[in-house]
Amino acid sequence: MASNIEAIIPTEQQAHRDDVGARMGMWLFLFTEILLFGGMFLIYAVYRFKYPDQFHLAGMELNTGIGTLNTIILLTSSLTMALSIAAIQKKNKALSVIMLSSTLLFAFLFMVNKFFEWSAKISHGIYPGSKELLEKQNGEILFFGLYYVMTGLHALHIIIGVVILTFMLVFLIRNKITSDNYVKLENSGLYWHLVDLIWIFLFPLFYLIQ
Amino acid sequence: MEHNNTEKHGSSYTTLILVWIGLLALTSITVTVAGISLGQYTLFVALLIAAIKSGFVINIFMHIKFEEPIFKVFIAVSGVTLIVIFFLTFADYLF
Repeated sequence: MASNIEAIIPTEQQAHRDDVGARMGMWLFLFTEILLFGGMFLIYAVYRFKYPDQFHLAGMELNTGIGTLNTIILLTSSLTMALSIAAIQKKNKALSVIMLSSTLLFAFLFMVNKFFEWSAKISHGIYPGSKELLEKQNGEILFFGLYYVMTGLHALHIIIGVVILTFMLVFLIRNKITSDNYVKLENSGLYWHLVDLIWIFLFPLFYLIQ
Repeated sequence: MEHNNTEKHGSSYTTLILVWIGLLALTSITVTVAGISLGQYTLFVALLIAAIKSGFVINIFMHIKFEEPIFKVFIAVSGVTLIVIFFLTFADYLF
């Protein structure tokens, strides 16, 4: 029996590692993230139910084009992240490095877009506590408040993700992440996909209210 | 069975790219559908498409399809918890 297990997972056993346990720990952390954003989605749901017309009116002011572009960028960054892990599994370090670097590039593009989007809103006088915003109806104030808090917290997650992925890139180049020890890269990938997952819901709820 | 020695828990490049194309297609569908007035079904359709996209990301990109069953139990528990919280809040709010 024991020899059987060794035959199945040789390197993991020898190095006293528990990759499944490491991924499980990461998932437990992701659940706390889901509850964090879940609470905000709950507030959004209740107020959208209470002020459907004002949410509609406020939602029309968001730029659907930029929102769609950022969705495409983030989905593509998720692909390159998954490809980076698949490449290291297949012992292709060079491809893994290229794909992880691309993920960082797409994350940067996302933030550039976000910067222009928020700058445009702020220059139109729409930001939390601004005079123009406070003159609007309650539902519109709530919509923009939730928009700034939820996409802001999401953007903060992107920035944290960029820091983590930069470390992973260094580990990968210095052979600290290898084809038989890549759980760090996998867990960073899980985090990155969660950030993408949250955006999948933020996008229709904020940018696609017609 | 899940511990296949050669391909531990990986997808081929082709699978990953096909999933990505699927996700982009669903994105264009959700943007197009938002332009059509479906009345009260608009939100339902948008959330349905978002749920399908999540299914792809969780199963393929996040490898859950290849993970041990306990991971699926975890996700189900956290998903159900979230649904219960939404249900109880609206039950309280509506009546």
